[in-house]
Amino acid sequence: MKANYTRPLDLKHGRVDMNHGAGGRATAQLVSELFARAFDNPWLAQGDDGAVLPAPEPGERLVMATDGHVVSPLFFPGGDIGSLAVHGTVNDLAVMGARPLYLSASFILEEGYPLADLKRIVDAMAEASRSVGVPVVTGDTKVVEQGKGDGVFIATTGVGALPPGRAPGGASARPGDVVLVSGSMGDHGMAILAVREALAFDSEIRSDSAPLACLVETLYAAVPADAIRVLRDPTRGGLATTLNEIARQSGAGMLIDEAAIPVHPQVEAACELLGLDPLYLANEGKLIVVCAPEHAEAALAAMRAHPRGRDAARIGTVIADDHHFVQLRTALGGMRMLDWLSGEPLPRIC
Amino acid sequence: MKYVDEFRDGELARGLGEAIRREADPGRHYAFMEFCGGHTHAISRYGVIDLLPKNVRMVHGPGCPVCVLPVGRIDMAIKLAMERAVTICTYGDCLRVPASDGLSLLKARAHLDKSRADIRMVYSAADALALAQREPQREVVFLAIGFETTTPPTALVLKQAQALGLKNFSVLCNHVLTPAAIVAILEHPEGSGVQLDGFVGPAHVSTVIGSRPYDFVATQYNKPVVIAGFEPLDVMQSILMLVRQVNDGRAAVENEFTRAVTPDGNRKAQALVAEVFELRDSYEWRGLGSLPQSALKIRAEFAAWDAEARFGIGYTPVADHKACECGTILRGEKRPADCKLFGTVCTPETPMGSCMVSSEGACAAHYNYGRFRDIAVVAA
Repeated sequence: MKANYTRPLDLKHGRVDMNHGAGGRATAQLVSELFARAFDNPWLAQGDDGAVLPAPEPGERLVMATDGHVVSPLFFPGGDIGSLAVHGTVNDLAVMGARPLYLSASFILEEGYPLADLKRIVDAMAEASRSVGVPVVTGDTKVVEQGKGDGVFIATTGVGALPPGRAPGGASARPGDVVLVSGSMGDHGMAILAVREALAFDSEIRSDSAPLACLVETLYAAVPADAIRVLRDPTRGGLATTLNEIARQSGAGMLIDEAAIPVHPQVEAACELLGLDPLYLANEGKLIVVCAPEHAEAALAAMRAHPRGRDAARIGTVIADDHHFVQLRTALGGMRMLDWLSGEPLPRIC
Repeated sequence: MKYVDEFRDGELARGLGEAIRREADPGRHYAFMEFCGGHTHAISRYGVIDLLPKNVRMVHGPGCPVCVLPVGRIDMAIKLAMERAVTICTYGDCLRVPASDGLSLLKARAHLDKSRADIRMVYSAADALALAQREPQREVVFLAIGFETTTPPTALVLKQAQALGLKNFSVLCNHVLTPAAIVAILEHPEGSGVQLDGFVGPAHVSTVIGSRPYDFVATQYNKPVVIAGFEPLDVMQSILMLVRQVNDGRAAVENEFTRAVTPDGNRKAQALVAEVFELRDSYEWRGLGSLPQSALKIRAEFAAWDAEARFGIGYTPVADHKACECGTILRGEKRPADCKLFGTVCTPETPMGSCMVSSEGACAAHYNYGRFRDIAVVAA
C-alpha cells in the first residue's frame, strides 16, 4: 500500500460518500478495489472508457438490450439486485434468440450506503455473470446525495450474437401456434411483496431470478429455429401482460387454459390472502414460448429435461382475433378475458 | 389449496349449472342482485355466467366500498395531505379513485413533499397505527372505508390509539352500512325501478353482523336473500337456492355460507363497533345520494382520534361527471356497457367513475374480464 500512499477501502464498515462519485481518486479506488476485482476480466482491467470487443461470428447479427433495476428491498429470498441485474439483461438477450456475450453495468449509489452491502451486491453480480459466462466489460459509477436514491440502482446493457436462422419476435405468433411456459408463475413478484410488506408466511417464497440463456439454447437444439415464433420472459405485468403484448404485436388472439398454468401452492395461497392474481406478478427466471404446433411436444419435452424448465407446461393456443383478446378458460369451465395489467396490482379491501 | 379448491371445482360447477338450468322455469326470467363487489368479481373472474341459463340474469349491486365512496370524501383526504401535511394511509383500491381537479390519491402523492406528508397503501388499519407509533414526528391519518367487514379493525385501532395516548394518529371515518344500501336500492325514487327477484347477500359483512339484519328484506319487501360466500361454487349454490325460493313463491333469508355466518354474527365485534362508533344522521353515497343513518361516525369519547374533529374539516359534495353512469349501474338499472363512457373515455387507465377503479367494481369487472362478450370473436 505504501507504494501509492492510499489506504484500502474499508469494505466492512465504510459507507458510500460523495467522493466515490466525483471522478477522482476515490472513484478510481472504488472501481479498482471493488468492481474490477469482483468482475475480474481483461476488458475491465484495462480501465479505459470502453471495451474493445471481437466481432461476432460471420453470419451472426448483434443484439443489444438494456435494463434499469430499482428493486426494493435490495436483498430478497432467492436473490438480490446484483444477480437480478445480470439475469434481467441476459434474459432479454436470450429471449431475442441471442447468445449473450458481454454486459455493461452502471451503478447509481446513494450517499451513506454501507460498502459491505455494496460488496455483497457486487459479489453476487460477479458470481451471476461468471456462472452464465457473460463478463461485465465496462461500467460507470455515480453517487447521489442521501435521500435522492434508494441505496443502489443498477442499469445493465448487454450485447449478444444472434445465430443465423433465429428470428423470434412478438409479431410472429400465428393462429394455431402453441403457447408454452417454462414453470410456475408469480414467484418473483410474490417474494418481493412478501419481504417488502413484511408478510410472514409459514414457508418462504423465493424469487425465481435465474438466467435463461441455457434453456433457450436447449430449446433451439431440440426444434427447428423457425418453429420458435416468440420467446419472452414474463417480467413486470406477469404472464397476463406478456401474452397481451404478444397478441397485440402478432395481431392475433389467444385462448389460454387456466388449469394448465403452473403456480406454486405457496404463491397461490399468498395471492389468495392478498386478493392478487399470480398471473399478473413478475417472474425473473421464466420463459414463454410460442411454438409451431407440430414441434410443440418436442419443445415441451426439451424444456422439461432442463433444470430450469422442469415444470414446463402447455397452456394454450394462438387464435385468430382482430381484437387481440387473450381469453382464459377458467378452472370452473367458464370464459373470461385475461387482460393487461392496469396500474399496480392492488389488494382487495374486504 | 385446502378449503379453497373445493369451492372452485369445475365438475361440481357444471353440476350446479345443470341443476339451475333444470329448475329455472323456462317460461320466466329471474334477476338476482349480487350485493357485494366480491360476488361480482367472482362471477366475472370465474366465468360463472357461462354456466347459467340465459333466463337467469345477475345484476351488479352497490356493495363495493370503493365504488360508493363519493368524490368529496376522497377530496377531504387529499386536502389533508396537501394542506395539512399529514400522511394518509389507506387500502390499495382507494388510491386510484378519481377525485376533484383530475386528482386521485395516487396522483396527489406525486405533488407531496415526502419528508412532511405522504400517501401510503396499507393492508390493515393496524399497519397505519404501527406507522404512527414508529414515526412519532409524522401526523398519520387512516382513511377508513368499507362496510361492516372492515369496521371492527378500525374500531380496534381507535381503542388502541386511545389506550396508548397516541398524539399523531387519527381516523377519517367513512364506514357505511349494507342494510341501508339495500333499502336505497329497493326504494330509489329516481331510478327506473330495477325489477329484482332476490339478493345474493353479503358474505364477509354477515360474518360480523350475521344474517338476521336482512330479515326485513324478506318480510317487508318480499324479496328472498341468500347469504353466500365469495367462492364461485358458493355463488352458484346461492343462485340455485334463490331460484327455488322464487319457484316456491317464498321470500326468506337463507344462509349458504354456514361455514362462516350465523344468524347473530360476531357479537364481540358488534360490541366493539358500538363502543367506538355511532350512526351518522346522513351520509352521501356515490350513486345512491344522501341516505339517512347509513354510515358511522366516531363517538365523542374518541374525538381526539377523529380526523374530522381534529382538523376541523367538513364534507363538501362534488358532482360526478355528467355522462358517468356509475349511479345507475350501482343501482342495477344499467349495465356497464350501457354507459357512453365505458371503454372509450373511461378505462381502468383513465377511470371517470369509481366503478371502473375498484377491482370489485362492476365496470372494471366487465372491462377486465367480460368485454369480449360485447364483440363476436372469431375463433381459429
